[in-house]
Amino acid sequence: MRAACAALLLWAAPVLAQPAAFQVVGDTIPASLTGTPGDAARGRAIVTTRQRGLCLLCHSGPFPEEPFQGDLAPSLAGAGARLTKGQLRLRLVDGRRLNPATLMPAYYSTEGLVRVGRAWQGRTVLSAEEIEDVVAFLVTLQE
Amino acid sequence: MRRFATLALALLALGAGPRSGFETMTPELQAMQRDDFANPGMLWVAEGEALFQRQGCTGCHTPAQMVGVAARYPVFDAGRDGPIDLAGRIAQCREQRQGAAPLPTESPEALALAAYVANQSRGLPLAPDPDPRLDPARRQGEALFRERRGQLNLSCAQCHDDNAGRRLAGSAIPEGHANGYPLYRLEWQGLGSLRRRLRSCMVGVRSEPFPPDAPEYLALEAYLAMRARGLVVETPAIRP
Repeated sequence: MRAACAALLLWAAPVLAQPAAFQVVGDTIPASLTGTPGDAARGRAIVTTRQRGLCLLCHSGPFPEEPFQGDLAPSLAGAGARLTKGQLRLRLVDGRRLNPATLMPAYYSTEGLVRVGRAWQGRTVLSAEEIEDVVAFLVTLQE
Repeated sequence: MRRFATLALALLALGAGPRSGFETMTPELQAMQRDDFANPGMLWVAEGEALFQRQGCTGCHTPAQMVGVAARYPVFDAGRDGPIDLAGRIAQCREQRQGAAPLPTESPEALALAAYVANQSRGLPLAPDPDPRLDPARRQGEALFRERRGQLNLSCAQCHDDNAGRRLAGSAIPEGHANGYPLYRLEWQGLGSLRRRLRSCMVGVRSEPFPPDAPEYLALEAYLAMRARGLVVETPAIRP
């Protein structure tokens, strides 16, 4: 629990900008938030660095070097086979649009939140660039 | 109150009551908690016993009269027209009855006194004060427990009700029962209060903790006592 809580605390580098506008089509955000494709290697680093992506607190995945993975959410293995880029993007940006009760935080939204800590106010969990990096990585997880 | 009833019925149907975090600790930690010579929380209990004598608590109270007290708290305090917790009662006693300077909240002395008094109830089931005047606070506490908060938008209930037993990263999520406070956390390397634990969780989901003496803490404490009723007092518990 200690490592998990520390992981939630450590990623203190702020993402200051308000989220940029994007268009939702069905259950997807078809276009890149930055207009350019992300970098899968950087995305993998975000996903596996607990203090940054926080992903492995809840998800497991094909990351043999990471001994502590969560089981609150589906495995990331095969995520790229189950979902398209646009579907992955919307689920990262704000999964509440598909399931208001989802456990997953909205990684690119500052709306509808209660008592956000002073250090985090007006900031998204990840930046648009980081979202694109993670999307680029997740689509490589084909099995 | 309807929620309490629903919860109680659901638990009866499952044939399971609340489960102490003790149950899911390693056998080594369980053994450490059980052994008063290995349990570091007993250092605070011993200090609290000395303070209880030295600071004049014994002028009115015998240690035997403290048996069962912690199992009932928080109780309704007419003067405050609301709940008061054990630490609050000890502070109130010092200030109003002894005319002594208040101990800073959660100071080592305040924790030691609370640990000593609560330790007198060790092994007794939590039996929350049935006073219906506590119901508004309990309802507020339950609402707070279920409210999503912080940048990560998580409620207490999402982890400790819905996902207890699952793993957050490598750590099993406990049901989050308040039956051993003040308790010794390995993570803290020290004894800490339930409020400290609540603040850690609030900060963990990147929310702004309530100010130190906010009524929200008492509301949560009053709800948590009801949620954990039947579990035995473990003070001083050990947790990872």
